[in-house]
Amino acid sequence: MPSSPLPRRLLLQTLAGATALTTCTYIARRSQAAPPEIRYEPAFFTQEEWRFLHAACDRLIPQDVYGPSAIELGVPEFIDRQMETPYAYGALWYMQGPHITGPANLGYQLIYTPRDIYRYGISGACDLCRQMHNTEFADLDPATRDSFLRELESGEHQFGDLPASTFFGHLLGNTQEGAFSDPIHGGNKGLGGWAMTGFPGARADFMDWVDQYGKQYPLGSVSISGETI
Amino acid sequence: MATITRKSVNVVIVGGGWAGSIMAKELTEAGQHVVMLERGAERSTAVDGAYPTSLDELEGNFRFKIFQKLQKTTVTIRNNITQTALPYRQLAAFLPGEGVGGAGLHWSGVHLRIAPDDLAMRSTVIAKYGKSFIPDGMNLQDYGVTYAELEPFFDKAEKVFGTSGEAYTVNGKIVGKGNAFAPDRSDDFPLPPLKDVTGAHLFRKAAEAVGYHPYSIPAANASRQYTNTYGAQMGPCNFCGYCSGYACYMYSKASPNVNILPALRNNPLFEIRPNATVLHVNLDSTKSRATGVTYLDDKGDKIIQPAELVILAAFQFNNVHLMLVSGIGSPYDPVANTGVVGRNFVYQNISTTTAWMDPSVYTNQFIGTGGGGVAFDDFNSENFDHGPLGFIGGSPVWVNQAGVKAIAAAKAGGPPGTPRWGSAWKSEMIDTYTHAVRMDAHGSNMAYRDVFLDLDPTWKDAFGRPLLRMTFDWKENDIRMNRYVVGKIEAVTKAMGARRTHLGMKEFGQPFDTRFYQTTHLGGGAVMGDDPKSSALNRYLQCWDVSNVFVIGSNAFPQGTGYNPTGMVAALAYWSAHHIRMTYLKNPGPLVPV
Ligand SMILES: Cc1cc2nc3c(=O)[nH]c(=O)nc-3n(C[C@H](O)[C@H](O)[C@H](O)COP(=O)(O)OP(=O)(O)OC[C@H]3O[C@@H](n4cnc5c(N)ncnc54)[C@H](O)[C@@H]3O)c2cc1C
Ligand code: SF4
Repeated sequence: MPSSPLPRRLLLQTLAGATALTTCTYIARRSQAAPPEIRYEPAFFTQEEWRFLHAACDRLIPQDVYGPSAIELGVPEFIDRQMETPYAYGALWYMQGPHITGPANLGYQLIYTPRDIYRYGISGACDLCRQMHNTEFADLDPATRDSFLRELESGEHQFGDLPASTFFGHLLGNTQEGAFSDPIHGGNKGLGGWAMTGFPGARADFMDWVDQYGKQYPLGSVSISGETI
Repeated sequence: MATITRKSVNVVIVGGGWAGSIMAKELTEAGQHVVMLERGAERSTAVDGAYPTSLDELEGNFRFKIFQKLQKTTVTIRNNITQTALPYRQLAAFLPGEGVGGAGLHWSGVHLRIAPDDLAMRSTVIAKYGKSFIPDGMNLQDYGVTYAELEPFFDKAEKVFGTSGEAYTVNGKIVGKGNAFAPDRSDDFPLPPLKDVTGAHLFRKAAEAVGYHPYSIPAANASRQYTNTYGAQMGPCNFCGYCSGYACYMYSKASPNVNILPALRNNPLFEIRPNATVLHVNLDSTKSRATGVTYLDDKGDKIIQPAELVILAAFQFNNVHLMLVSGIGSPYDPVANTGVVGRNFVYQNISTTTAWMDPSVYTNQFIGTGGGGVAFDDFNSENFDHGPLGFIGGSPVWVNQAGVKAIAAAKAGGPPGTPRWGSAWKSEMIDTYTHAVRMDAHGSNMAYRDVFLDLDPTWKDAFGRPLLRMTFDWKENDIRMNRYVVGKIEAVTKAMGARRTHLGMKEFGQPFDTRFYQTTHLGGGAVMGDDPKSSALNRYLQCWDVSNVFVIGSNAFPQGTGYNPTGMVAALAYWSAHHIRMTYLKNPGPLVPV
């Protein structure tokens, strides 16, 4: 892997005016760092769900001048792998009944675990999409996918007793986690999420930089397993 | 599932955090045989803070690896007495600890003393502004202990925690550029202050230019190598940024695990039993004497542990819960305004302001230390005239950068009102993460007659006990205080040269929202004081009603101060232990006549 973080720095410094340049530098970095293609087979998601997940993640974090997309970062794989963790089975939450709905500010009160939320949420979203657009979500053009996702985010749709916005909140949260967590969890491929934000990962020693006031940190990121950029 | 009665011990301590560990150290020093019961697992820095595997933001801050899991027990919450309280099902607003070390293993390290006026808030307000200044329904109270009485114990705790800081006065002499509003000290901090990170550096210069009095926040994150009172060694903090929510891999952040327990583990007078969930304190038939506690071990056996003295150190709301389910003291009834257990439940009134610096300025928010930073206290406590303002309380204002990592940055996004996803989000998020400085108004929260703790009528924990119910909302006095202090930040961000500022403040009519992290600085519910009608504990943190039960924690605070609680909790633990050692053990019984 190339170790110079310079292109990203350049990118951040020139965001305002030099779109052409930053696009070039970004692509250059990617082509150097791109990992070999390995097809990941989902363990939790069905093929239909998997298609939806890809099409949605791709819009939540799109590929653009700022950096790679959620797909390039391996976010669907991250989410699929998370589905086998205690979190996805609701083991981190108090799940005892009765389950009574109340004001939003008193927090989540449904019986659904994250696994349920994906199962019912994706199925509900696919149905809603067929109703609204007469086609599969994954087959919509990017702009229509965006407007549909906004519909899930802030519309009043319900999938049974699961609000679409609750499903969307989980999807967005997990997508961001996948893009920016340590690659040990399956996302943030090639440390692309960290490169985009300038986060040095597990470097965790800034003795020499704490009082370099206002100056950009000079080193690239490192992961728990020792991968660097 | 068997019921087993173990051999009686002198002291049983419920909870293995700071409060429990300090009490265990003090009481074994007094020759007492101490058993500490901790509901969570054994924990150590070597395992839970291992490098580099512990530097995992997903596991640390988003799957709450070393926090309490809510699966077995939680609380219910409502905003007012007419609502149905609902379970706090997912960790968000506050993050309680579990396991040996408690929240002390994964706290941040801000280590403050208390403002002397805060200890006597009621007397001070009445003397300065008259009784009618106190709004109806506000239960303003004094602690019943003075700063002069506590000073030796603040000093003792700082030397155990290895606290870094800069003093203002020591024994009445100005010695440095510390907090000009801080009370006098009998000795300097054990370690010099930590360096300022970029945001704190900019904030310090700007606050000074505006005419405020910035100081280095005292931090239990070691600025140098340190060997504490008990022989525990700390290394210098390297600003790793994995502070709040993590066991410090550098052995730089004070924790019970590093700073106290190593001095206890080989002591034959001390025994720690992890995976021991105390169900209740056992009382004799008079209800005025505890005989010990009953707990569940990891095999599911019910163990009766007899003891002469019971110390509850299970954290603020767990202490109140244990008192209520055990029948210790009279439960508070807000309608009749009687009883004391559950009364004066308080929190921390925090809001965050963001300043965006010029794109040439990199604020490197990933560099950080949990306790370090720069604060000013010009609008905290009684450091300013409240007369014309008409509210009680105040806030320190600070840059306290514990290290913002990439997932947190992504979720925080850009300025309020900008998209939460897509390219626009990416651009604003990267700009904010790269160039912004965040600062908090970390305010006091007063106690009110209708803000309290009691037992929930509906939901139960995995052991069949009713959950604790919180009835809590922000009140006008506290919202006005927050808005006034936040208003004062604008001049600072201007002086910093910010290109954009978002002043984060509380809004009237916006209820307490359990979905967003605020702080874990919950307080009150079993408060200390001079009057058994308005306090559950006397000034030595001893139950008025059951004199062989002491309850140590922020539950003792009659109102929430602008400061983080642990400095005060540690000082109160040492204060209480001192009086147990000096007086109680020689002649067990009430330390204050009822
Ligand atoms: C992320 C975070 C950052 C923080 N940062 C700061 C800071 O910078 N400065 C500051 O002053 N404070 C801070 N705090 C607060 C600080 O952690 C607490 O004030 C302090 O740790 C409280 O100590 P304690 O001993 O009272 O309780 P805890 O540390 O909570 O210990 C109580 C223990 O009792 C155990 N327990 C509970 N119930 C039972 C039972 N029934 N049976 C057996 N065991 C039981 C719990 O598992 C726990 O281990 C922070 C807290 C958090 C979560
Ligand atoms: S910031 Fe410092 S005290 Fe905190 S965990 Fe890192 S090295 Fe330890």
